[in-house]
Amino acid sequence: MKEHAQKAAEFIRNESRADWHDEALWFVRAKRDKASHSIPEWEQLRELASRIKDNVLAGLDGYLEQFEANALRNGVHVHWAADAEDHNRIVYGILQKHGVERIVKSKSMLTEECRLNEYLIENGIEVVDTDLGERIIQLKEEPPSHIVMPAIHLKKEEVGELFHQKLHTEKGATGPQYLAEAARQHLRQKFLSAQAAITGVNFAIAETGGVVVCTNEGNADMGVHLAPVQIHCMGIEKILPKAEHLGVFTRLLARSATGQPITIYTSHYHRPREGGEMHIVIVDNGRTTQLGRADFRNSLKCIRCGACMNTCPIYRRSGGHSYGYTIPGPIGSILTPGIDLKKYSGLPFASTLCGSCSDVCPVKINIHEQLYRWRQIIAEQGHLPPAKRQSMKWAARVLARPVWYNLAGKMARWALKWLPRPLLYNRFNEWGKDRELPEPPKQSFKEWYPRKQA
Amino acid sequence: MKIGLFIPCYVDQFYPQVGIATLELLEKLGCQVEYPTGQTCCGQPMANTGCERDAKASYQHFVRLFHPYDYVVAPSGSCTYHVRKHYDIIEQTGEVQKVREKTLDLSEFLLDVLKVKALDSLFPHRVGLHQSCHGLRGLRLGTGSERVLEQQSKLHTLLRMAKGIELVELGRPDECCGFGGTFAINETAISVKMGKGRIADHESQGVEVITAGDMSCLMHLEGIIRRQKKKIKVKHIAEILNGTTI
Repeated sequence: MKEHAQKAAEFIRNESRADWHDEALWFVRAKRDKASHSIPEWEQLRELASRIKDNVLAGLDGYLEQFEANALRNGVHVHWAADAEDHNRIVYGILQKHGVERIVKSKSMLTEECRLNEYLIENGIEVVDTDLGERIIQLKEEPPSHIVMPAIHLKKEEVGELFHQKLHTEKGATGPQYLAEAARQHLRQKFLSAQAAITGVNFAIAETGGVVVCTNEGNADMGVHLAPVQIHCMGIEKILPKAEHLGVFTRLLARSATGQPITIYTSHYHRPREGGEMHIVIVDNGRTTQLGRADFRNSLKCIRCGACMNTCPIYRRSGGHSYGYTIPGPIGSILTPGIDLKKYSGLPFASTLCGSCSDVCPVKINIHEQLYRWRQIIAEQGHLPPAKRQSMKWAARVLARPVWYNLAGKMARWALKWLPRPLLYNRFNEWGKDRELPEPPKQSFKEWYPRKQA
Repeated sequence: MKIGLFIPCYVDQFYPQVGIATLELLEKLGCQVEYPTGQTCCGQPMANTGCERDAKASYQHFVRLFHPYDYVVAPSGSCTYHVRKHYDIIEQTGEVQKVREKTLDLSEFLLDVLKVKALDSLFPHRVGLHQSCHGLRGLRLGTGSERVLEQQSKLHTLLRMAKGIELVELGRPDECCGFGGTFAINETAISVKMGKGRIADHESQGVEVITAGDMSCLMHLEGIIRRQKKKIKVKHIAEILNGTTI
């Protein structure tokens, strides 16, 4: 995997585009600020949500069984999947049983995580993502770059060109309304002909056995209401104990995600409609392992609002694809090391530890502290680049010994003063690529201090 | 009350004027300040790179030098935050606990301990305050823009004590400058891009001087400013509060 730094540098090479991306996401962050500041009890709400999730994670086994029992009572088929393969096989099994050839999907980061689309398409099923952003990247054959706004990295001109090629819209047409209308007409056909609908799940209520899906486009409802088979895929951490807890989260979710007071649709699915079939697939895929890591358990509180991405100064300037995982940005950088420490060992370092992510997080995940902890584990397990590891060992030796430290400082200042510029600013000097090194003072503070005392 | 002055390693080596301003300011306010000359670094560079175990010797050294003082004062939110937050991996002896509790950023010491109400400083310039992240979100020296709480900012409070100062409002009041320690050299492209964004925000407000509670952010911003031959200047808040002129 190409390092984040390298992909970020490529992203920034087109500086005006990077600026546009940064501004677009900052705009969403600003909307979030406005929406959250309209709720005086915002911080209490975050605390409450965080504690409800603490309770959920502490009693997850019991809540899941309660949820299953209630769902079964409602006439829902419940499936358990240990990992992504299991999940994909289960979903395909359901489709096979009904002879399904065409499905529609509403947005689900879990199915992205499991690579369900690829699996089903390989098995000959037509899969159509019905969320507009998802459909755009599906047509473009790209992964999502954001968990809430999957096509945020594309400009309307690019969408216009894509739709011209794939949906035969007029060449050069870029009007958002025109393009959205074209997508609507195209998707309408897909909704009408789908034999099954798959959705993700935002919340699963243990007390009722029902699932809740939040969308802005109503596409989850369109799919579920038209197709005879509905399948809802959820991670085990999506549980809420009671229906009364839902309001805490719906108030936080949309405000954090897009600055809306609430998503346009909050759809509740409890039982199959007459003559239909309803399935819920409950997926672990590494979540129980994460639950067992005391320092990182909190990451399972995530409600996938994307606020940490919108606020992250690195994400905004490097784009979601630079992270190389379905869930990018700060939250992705604390989830991925738990999945494959070696492969994703660079991601916890794609941060200045500025802490903005932790402060926007609606469920108070201590993201930047977890980034710091992952860094320690990555170094301990030997996944730091050797040069970095060695330089830190030396730095540690020097900085623990005043005499060495004084000497090293003196040498650095001497070098800054006397070495010719080409020797200082060479290809090994990363700092000096686009920045000047500090101007060396005549003496350090430590050298000045005794003279002052005398 | 005996105060141990901690001057962060890179300030000691490259920005002695910030250390001098801090010392002079504290002495003007009647404090008895000592600078233990055996000091080196708080250990943050190693720890933030994932090597906090290597940094333990620095932590021990820091505690050994500074535990005799009633307060340890540093002109840095970041180093202060590191001592308070991350010295949890060494044995928590009474000395370690005391040092962790009593290490304060200059602004905390001035406002919370000395309860300073006025300063003898004249700084008739347009100033933009860069809110360094570790001070703002780590030490909570102010209310971050993310949080729905009453707005307060220790650094603003102190800067307003300088006569003639014109503090501007920024488009993005507390976005990170992109320094981030070794991040600055591991993710150079983003680091510089972030720095340029911050400088542009200050420039668009007609700022003459960018100030901050941490010289590390300013070292990074200054590096870009000098490379791009811009006019805007940087000054640590201690220099402004001590009455330094530009």
